Amino acid sequence: MTDNMEMREVYCQALIDSAKDDDRIVVVEADLMNCIKTGPFKKAYPDRFFNVGIAEANMIGVSAGLATCGKIPFCSSFGTFATRRCYDQIFISVAYSKQNVKIVGTDPGICAEINGGTHMPLEDMGIMRGIPSMLCVEPTDSAMLKALMPQIIAYDGATYIRLQRKKAETVYTEKDNFDLFKAKTIREGKDATIIASGIMVSKAIEASNTLKDMGYDVGVINTFTWKPIDEQAIIDCAKKSGAIVVAENHNIRNGLFSAVAEVVVNNCPVPMESVAVMDEFGEVGKMPYLSERFSLRACDIVEKTLKVIKRK
Amino acid sequence: MDKEKLEYLQSKALDIRKLTVEMIGRLGVGHIGGALSIVDLLTVLYYDIANVTPADPKNPDRDRVVMSKGHAGPALYSVLADKGYFPIEEIKTLNQPKTNLPSHCDMNKTVGIDMTAGSLGQGLSCAVGMALAGKIDKKDYKVFCILGDGESQEGQVWEALMYAGNTGLDNLVIFIDNNGMQIDGMTSDINSIEPLDEKSKAFNLHTQRINGNDIEAIENALNVALNTKGKCSLIVLDTVKGFGVDWVSEKGVGCHSMSVSEEQWRKFCGKEKD
Repeated sequence: MTDNMEMREVYCQALIDSAKDDDRIVVVEADLMNCIKTGPFKKAYPDRFFNVGIAEANMIGVSAGLATCGKIPFCSSFGTFATRRCYDQIFISVAYSKQNVKIVGTDPGICAEINGGTHMPLEDMGIMRGIPSMLCVEPTDSAMLKALMPQIIAYDGATYIRLQRKKAETVYTEKDNFDLFKAKTIREGKDATIIASGIMVSKAIEASNTLKDMGYDVGVINTFTWKPIDEQAIIDCAKKSGAIVVAENHNIRNGLFSAVAEVVVNNCPVPMESVAVMDEFGEVGKMPYLSERFSLRACDIVEKTLKVIKRK
Repeated sequence: MDKEKLEYLQSKALDIRKLTVEMIGRLGVGHIGGALSIVDLLTVLYYDIANVTPADPKNPDRDRVVMSKGHAGPALYSVLADKGYFPIEEIKTLNQPKTNLPSHCDMNKTVGIDMTAGSLGQGLSCAVGMALAGKIDKKDYKVFCILGDGESQEGQVWEALMYAGNTGLDNLVIFIDNNGMQIDGMTSDINSIEPLDEKSKAFNLHTQRINGNDIEAIENALNVALNTKGKCSLIVLDTVKGFGVDWVSEKGVGCHSMSVSEEQWRKFCGKEKD
């Protein structure tokens, strides 16, 4: 089941809602206003909306300058161009300068679909979490995004938000509570734990259900904030289940597998397996094709979970 | 400009040059050429034009100065120290461990620095953001941004110039310290950025070109820029790298970063002993 609203609609509405009482919020775009659909913000607050054109480096610098004056700029582009296209600007003008800029990178990983390899960010979280102090978060669905936006606005620091633009698979309801800095345990398991983020969360739940039918008790944890990652949640599941599978819509290099492994090897080494893109470039295709092409399906998670359980 | 004011500013510029030479001289090496070339601009800005006060360095209504050519930090540190933003003794700590005065400007380390810079080409975008914030908040502050000529080979500079020109940010004044040199040689030999004034005009910027080591010319140009409404201003400063210290400027391209002996700096500063 997919959400009723697109993630971008929830994002823009959250900005408009918050901006009513918070005049620090401004939006800076680089010619993708019509893709991320921040037009309603521009209509509501024309004096607080800037479109610099196709110039991502300038978008980041302008945002940093606005932030030095107390504004909270939200700037966005496709994940590739919001991160690697302007990495040094993010590194120096935003993070090193300690500026409270929120950077939104859309169409994570294979969600870029037919825009293909040039537009398919499989490394964005990896390079962003390599920047000291950068908060890196990947909201799972519209309910989570809606709940997290006020927390993201309240957080005073450079932030990267990895955002699906369109309708996400529904995992949560508006009754669910989220803490930006705490992983969300979906279920606990004794045999293994799947640690997932983004589009892989619903697949992890599906995999866990399949494994249950096969007689295995497999937990699922959603580490939607990759940095700072919830170390205690990872340590707890490593101790309880003794095996971990990390499922991410990202390159295995520097991604969620790396982030989880950094915690596991330092605290409670257990067997780990990965469902991720194995150090390859993206390519054109629709989601079903790309999921199979890069082995990002629920059945791939099942296979890796069975493998990790055997290694215990 | 009346004679008394001119003499005061010229005297201040000499003081700042001495502090800059002493700061780099005590360390023994530094980016002295590009620091000295903009001392006259900094003197006019900080001792006559800019609305800033060391007693309230974060005042939201203050004018901002973005030193995009961040390696010229020592010249700006000299001004800030002279004005009392921090104890003048701190100039002895340049680039020492735990210093507040790193090689390149850092807003989180040095009181009075408005933007971190060092990776060239980034400061102007930030200055544009500051100017936009001033417009949103209907504040009267001005933003001054200092670019290098070599720095202007960075593409981001032109992204920001295009946007500043198109948005008519009349609260932003951009300077290009056109000393004609960069690390690897003459800017004109490596990848010329000329004709700078014509390029600036084509980007819809109010453009002036002056002798950037002439205090009176700087002051006059700044007054014209600040009275220009509806357009962002750019002032090309034709300067001499290392201006005011012969044994620096004579090095030419080699003065970008050079060794300075104790004898040299003490003689220039007239300080035989501490």
